[in-house]
Amino acid sequence: MLTLSTRDKYLTLLDAVTLAQPESDRPAIIFVATDADPVHISRQQFSNAATEYAAALTKLNIAEGDLVIIAHTQNLESIYAFWGAMLIGAIPSMFPTLTEKLDPEIYMRDIGELVTKSAVKAILTTDSFAPTLAEWVSCPVYGSQTIKASNNTCEVLEYAQPMPSATAFLQHSSGTTGLQKGVALSHEAVLNQLAAYSDALKLNENDVIVSWLPLYHDMGLIAGFVQPLVQGVPLVLMSPFDWVRHPAMLLKAIRDYKTTLCWLPNFAYNHLARTVRQRDSEGIDLSSIRAFINCSEPVRDDSHRLFAERFAINGITLKQLTVSYAMAENTFAVTQSAIDSETKVDLVDRQGLQNNLTASVATDVEKGEKVVSCGKPIHGTMVRVVNDNGQALGERQVGEIMVKSNCMLTNYYHRDDLQPFDEDGWYKTGDKGYLADGEVYIVGRSKDLIINAGKNVYPQDIEAIVNSVAGVHPGRAVAFGVPDEREGTELIAVVAEADVSDAAARKQLTQAIRQQVGRQSDITLSFVTLVNKGWLIKTSSGKIARGKNREKWLAERQAQ
Amino acid sequence: MDEQTVRSKLRTFILNDLIRDPQYELDDTEGIITEGMIDSFSLAQIGVFAEQEFNVYIPDPDLTVSKMDTLNQMVARIMRDIK
Repeated sequence: MLTLSTRDKYLTLLDAVTLAQPESDRPAIIFVATDADPVHISRQQFSNAATEYAAALTKLNIAEGDLVIIAHTQNLESIYAFWGAMLIGAIPSMFPTLTEKLDPEIYMRDIGELVTKSAVKAILTTDSFAPTLAEWVSCPVYGSQTIKASNNTCEVLEYAQPMPSATAFLQHSSGTTGLQKGVALSHEAVLNQLAAYSDALKLNENDVIVSWLPLYHDMGLIAGFVQPLVQGVPLVLMSPFDWVRHPAMLLKAIRDYKTTLCWLPNFAYNHLARTVRQRDSEGIDLSSIRAFINCSEPVRDDSHRLFAERFAINGITLKQLTVSYAMAENTFAVTQSAIDSETKVDLVDRQGLQNNLTASVATDVEKGEKVVSCGKPIHGTMVRVVNDNGQALGERQVGEIMVKSNCMLTNYYHRDDLQPFDEDGWYKTGDKGYLADGEVYIVGRSKDLIINAGKNVYPQDIEAIVNSVAGVHPGRAVAFGVPDEREGTELIAVVAEADVSDAAARKQLTQAIRQQVGRQSDITLSFVTLVNKGWLIKTSSGKIARGKNREKWLAERQAQ
Repeated sequence: MDEQTVRSKLRTFILNDLIRDPQYELDDTEGIITEGMIDSFSLAQIGVFAEQEFNVYIPDPDLTVSKMDTLNQMVARIMRDIK
């Protein structure tokens, strides 16, 4: 396995245990689905399939350093394509798939733009989608059949031997603003991350990882995909679309394959606790899990407690509920709370926090706010907290979190205009938090970002869509996040100024706003409020003040 | 429980808990998920509601967007198994 002590034996991701020891009995991947039998992929099968892909890509003139976008639905094919591309030194990147909600034209236009800006060499996708997509992009689009057909000879494939510092793959953030921001990760950065993270997780030969997370998202890509294949730890994988509709399938997978590690964004704890029906969880033993790792959105102690209470009968205790603070720019984990002991929950003085100055321990529970620890930085990653002037702050002083490590991104791919680091190599995260006893606590963000169900959403993107809906006064719409205790995540609210004379017109416009946002961004709005002209508060410079409008909306809602 | 009661309870639940707009005039044949009014996450919540409120267990393969997109579809599925 790749650990801190074996790190020097691994040069690139092509040294992955799953590829290097194909004869092992341990499966590489088990794909489970609601409506089909599980598919077991041995290491040998995985290796063969990835190699076949690599050979086919070579025939299609894809070479070392070429960017290849993989736009499959989440399935084994996308996994083979990803590793196949890496085997020849090409740079793969998983892309979100077209969903039933998204407008196909907008989706394809976005990919088309990415192809031009990032000089994409080819797109690999499903056969049914390939011809349509090909009309929208300036590079070749290959369906699975083309790939299979192009590999009809038995020539021996020569694997690439990329430099450790070469870019292994890109991680594209979702959302329109983030679309062109491909986080470029080198082989050595990813290996450094996995070695350090395996230490924090106490990863061992008996581990089995289970994941429903999308492969284009850092948590799904690294924790739930690259990590198990590099480490030779079996991966039990399912589709995110299947899981959100049928959450109990995760519990069944834990039981059936005695899985030990599972990464989940905070909302998933609420989703599981609230929507798994009693009869679906009856008798399911979840005690094989060493750690659930809460990650990708603000962690709520309430969510952990709700989950632990609901599944106590299935063997869940608070000790299994751990936390990681992670970001694509650091490959994945920045911190990990201790495995095998209960995650710390800090009770801090609310007043101090609200003034954004200090996080002093609250003596009065009534005046305290619970902040869940994210644990200590993993080996090789440093964290510091700075004020607005960039000066380092001390213990329990709230400021912006900065990260520096040996597993950082190389750059944003083809984006020379975006410099991720300061002159000393620190990355500004945009998250606000503090350090206490060497552990990192996150309390907010310095940017107007909404995190909905683990997905980053930029309010300006939503506002731009709402402003384009006929009937909304242009420039008179605001979007913001509303933390929701029941759902365990931030819900998204839109307030738009419009002249609507009657209930029918109101319904039509509300529907149009929800529809357009869904079709253009795959985001579901939880609240759409139409208001009369002049309702929205603007700043002295004429901009819509998101925070102030949010406060006004919340106050009016509470008064209702 | 008769169909009208089921429809009315389900409608109230969808408006208050899922669409979060009690004033919204929901049509019986409107594609609630495909038209972007609610998330497909909500299918799992509808499954729980059907069990708690009507004692009808809808198995996972039936909790899909194509089978549960409109109020009419949901009511019909619940009425099929209601006792």
